[in-house]
Amino acid sequence: MSANKGASVVVIGGGVTGLSTAFWLAEAGVDVLVLERGIVGWEASGRNGGGCSHHHSPLFAEEQRLWPMMDQLLGYPTEFVPNRIRIALSPDQYTLYGRAVVNARKQGFHADELDPQQVRDLVPLAGDNVFAGHYYHFGGHANPHRTVQAYAWAIRDRGGRVKQHVTVTGFQRAGDRVTAVETDQGSFGCDHLVIAAGPQTSRLAALLEVDIPMRAARAEMIVTEPLPLMPLGGIDGNGLYGRQTLRGNLAYGGGPHEWVETEDLPGGPRPSTPLSGSIAKRLAQLLPKAAHARVIRSWGGIIENTPDGRPVLDRPAPWANLTAGSLSGVGFGLSPASGRALAQLVTDGACDFADLSSLRLDRFSQLEPNWAELQGWLPGGLATV
Amino acid sequence: MTIDPRSVTGKRLEIAHHIQVLVIGAGPAGISAARRAHQGGADVMLVDENPVPFDVMGESVPQIWGGRMGGQVRNRNAMTERMLEARPDLVELFELGVDVRLGTACWGLFSNQPNLGWMPGLVAGLIDDEQGSYHVRADQIIVATGRRDMGLAFPGWDLPGVLGASAAATLAGLYGAFDGKRAVILGSGPEALLAAQDLMAAGVQITAVVEQAASPLAPQLAAGLQAHGVEIICGQAPRGVNSDAGGVTGLILRDRQIDCDSVLLGVGAVPMIDLLQAAGARCGFDNDRSGFVPTLDKGLQTTLAGIRAAGDCAGIWAAKSADPALARSEGEAAANAALAAIGLSKHAPADLATPPHAPDMGRYRKDWVRATVVEALAEMPVCQCEEVTAREILEVRPPRYLKMPPVANETRSLTQILGDGPPDPDQVKRLTRAGMGPCQGRRCREQIQALLALQEDLALGAVPLAGYRSPVRPMTLTAATAPEDPAIAEIWDSWFGMPRQWVPFWDVEPKYTVAALATEKEHVSE
Repeated sequence: MSANKGASVVVIGGGVTGLSTAFWLAEAGVDVLVLERGIVGWEASGRNGGGCSHHHSPLFAEEQRLWPMMDQLLGYPTEFVPNRIRIALSPDQYTLYGRAVVNARKQGFHADELDPQQVRDLVPLAGDNVFAGHYYHFGGHANPHRTVQAYAWAIRDRGGRVKQHVTVTGFQRAGDRVTAVETDQGSFGCDHLVIAAGPQTSRLAALLEVDIPMRAARAEMIVTEPLPLMPLGGIDGNGLYGRQTLRGNLAYGGGPHEWVETEDLPGGPRPSTPLSGSIAKRLAQLLPKAAHARVIRSWGGIIENTPDGRPVLDRPAPWANLTAGSLSGVGFGLSPASGRALAQLVTDGACDFADLSSLRLDRFSQLEPNWAELQGWLPGGLATV
Repeated sequence: MTIDPRSVTGKRLEIAHHIQVLVIGAGPAGISAARRAHQGGADVMLVDENPVPFDVMGESVPQIWGGRMGGQVRNRNAMTERMLEARPDLVELFELGVDVRLGTACWGLFSNQPNLGWMPGLVAGLIDDEQGSYHVRADQIIVATGRRDMGLAFPGWDLPGVLGASAAATLAGLYGAFDGKRAVILGSGPEALLAAQDLMAAGVQITAVVEQAASPLAPQLAAGLQAHGVEIICGQAPRGVNSDAGGVTGLILRDRQIDCDSVLLGVGAVPMIDLLQAAGARCGFDNDRSGFVPTLDKGLQTTLAGIRAAGDCAGIWAAKSADPALARSEGEAAANAALAAIGLSKHAPADLATPPHAPDMGRYRKDWVRATVVEALAEMPVCQCEEVTAREILEVRPPRYLKMPPVANETRSLTQILGDGPPDPDQVKRLTRAGMGPCQGRRCREQIQALLALQEDLALGAVPLAGYRSPVRPMTLTAATAPEDPAIAEIWDSWFGMPRQWVPFWDVEPKYTVAALATEKEHVSE
C-alpha cells in the first residue's frame, strides 16, 4: 500500500476552499495532491447561493479583484456575472441592508440607492411591494457547480492531482512535522499538509491535537424552472440570498437552520425539509411576477461554523508544516481569495495581500469550553406540534 | 438549555392531519394496503395524484405523456369519475369511510435521520388544486407509486406522439383519454407487450412491435400479439419519425416506414422510487427488479423506520406485471406490518413472491441505447428540458447558453474528465445540465445511466443513481407556500443570524468569547 505517490503539498478536501488552495499552489508550480472522499464540490461548495459580495471580510478586496479574471485564470467557465441588486420590502429590511453599503463604501466600493420604480425597471420580476433597493457596483454571482469543477480541471492542467473517493483515516508524523496522510487507499507522503475539509476540518485537526472549534448545521435552498433572463441575475432581498442563474432558474435560500452532529463517516444523506415552502413564500414576495414559476428541486447542505461564524485561515501550532482553512459557512464567493491566501500561508507562512489577523485560530484561546451549549448550537429539539 | 433563536429548534411544523397510516398511490398495491389497514382498525388516508393536472402532464410528469392526452383530461371532475369507474375497488374504499384523496400528489416524505432531527414524526408533503401544499403526519407510510417508462431518444422523440407505454396504458385504461389510434411499440419485454394487450383491449390498434434484439424478449406474448395481426419486427431501431403539426404520423426504421400516430416507449419499466430516494431511503440496483429499488426488510420496510414500499415501486418482474395479485399481496403485507408496528395486530410477516433470476436487463437497456441513441443519424436531445445531446453529455460539455468554445476536455475520456471512480450522473448533470429541467430527469435519467455505462464499458448497475430531490412533483411558488408557524417569520434571517459573523473585520474583538456577545455590535444580516 506504500506505492502511492505523495506530493509536496497534500490538500484534504475537494470543496471550493481546498480546490482553490490547490489551484493557486499548482499555478505557482507546487506539486499538489487533493484528496476528496466523494466527488469534488459535492457538499456545501456545490450547494450555495453563488454570491461573491463579502464586504465584511479582510479578503473582500481580493475577492472583488479576482472574480472578473477567474474564467481566464482557470481556463473554464465559472459563469461569474458582476454587480448585485438588493431589494428591501420594508423600512426595516432597508436599514439592515444599508449597513452592507456602508461597509463596502468604507473600502472604496460604490453602491446606489434605488427607488421602487428603479428597482422594477432593473428587476422585471419585482412587484408593487418594493420599498427600496441598492445597486452594488461590486460583488456578483457565479455557478458553484461549474466553478468547483473549473478549479479541479485547472489543477490537473497544471500538473496537480485530484483524487476522488479517498477517505482520510489518520496521519503519520515525525517531531513537529506531518509526514504522510493515511487513507483507505494507503498513505500519501507530504512535505506540507492543508486541511480544508469543511465540517470534517475539526475532526481531522483533532487527530493532530489541534483544536478548531466548530459545529455543523443544515441549510436549504430551492430552485425553480428557468424563466426569461433578467438584466441582472444577482438579486437578493426579503430575507433571501440567491440568484437567477444564466440558464434562468431562480435559486434561493434563507431561513432557519438546524444544528446537526458532524458525521464520523461523511457521506450521509443531505435531506431537505418542508422549509422549502417557507422559502417559496418569500421568493414569491421578493419576485411576485415569478409566483407561477414552478419549484423543481431543493437542496440541503451541511455547513461548518466556527463559534463567531468567521473563517479560520492559519498555520496551527505546534506543527511546522500544517495549514488549516475553514471558511465557516461563507466559503464559495471568497474562494478565489481564500485559496490564494492559504496557498501563501503554505509557501511563505504569511499572506501579502490581506490582514488575516482576525482569522487566526488563537482568537478562540479564551473561548468558554461549553461555547456550543451557551450559544444553543447543539442538535436536538424536535418541532412542537 | 440555551436555544439558538435563528435555528429550527422549538419551531412548529404546521400539520394539517395526523393519521395512523398514509398510503401513497391507488393502484392494486395501494388499494389493498389501504383496505387492509382500514380493516385492521387503523385511521387511513389514501392519496393518488391521478387525475394529474393538465399543465403538469404537459411537463411529462410523472409519466412521459407525449402530448397524447385527450382534451377531456382538462375536465378534472370527469376524469375523477372515469377513474372511479375504472377502479371499482376504490369506490369500495370511499364507502368504507377511508379518507381517499384523488388529484392529490405527494411531493416529499420527511423522516428524522442523520442530518435531520426536526421532524415531529413521519411527515408527507401533499398538494392538490384547492389547498396547494400542506403537511400531514403519519405513524406509518406505505409508498405504492408504481412505475414509469424509460425514455429513449431518437430524432423526433420530442414530438407529440412519442410517449411511454405505461403512460399510454394509463391514459387509455384509467382516464379513457388516449388521443391515439394507431401505435407502434418499442421493446418486446413482458411489460411492453402486456401494455400492448391492454391498449388493444381499450380499442387502440397496435400496428407493430419493434425490437432491436434478434428475437422478442417475451416470445409467447409476442406470438399472441402476432396472432391478432401485430407485426413483430426484430433487429431494428427507430431512425426518426414522420410528422405534421399534430405530431407523429409515422415511424422510420432502417429500410421502411410504419404509419402510426403514436410511438410507445416500452424498452424499460422503471420502479417509481423518487419519493423514497429523496426521503433518504437506501436504494440499490437490482437486475431482477428492473433497476434501482428500495432496500426492504420482510415487512417491506425501507431503511427509514415506518416507511414501506409495495407494488411496482418495490420491483417489477414479468409474473408480477402479468398478475396484479402479487402487487396486492405486497400491499396487504405492508399494511399488516404497519398495523403490527402501531400495535393493532400481530401478523407474522408473509412470504411474498420474489422475482426469478432475470435475463441481463442492464445489457438489454444498453443495447437499446446503443442501437437508438448512440447510432442515431442525426443529433437530438437526450435531455429534452435542457436540450442536451448524447455527445454533449459524453464530452461533459458546458451548456450551450454559455456559448463557450469547446474546451480542452474533448480529447479526454469521461473517467479522466470526472476523476476517479465510476462516472457519476449527478456530476454529469451539474456540468451539462442534463436532467436538470422541469421533468426532473424522468425522461433522460435511465438513458444517461446507459450512455455512461456504454462509454466506460461498465455494467449498467455500476453507474450510480442520479439522486432525486423534493419536491418530486414541480409546483408553483404560490402552491408550494405551505402554512407556517408565525415564529418562523419572527426569526427569519437570510443566513444564520450570528452576532459577529457580518461585523466588518476592522471592528471585531481580538478574542472571541460568548460572554463578549453581551456587547452588541451593529452587524449586517446577510
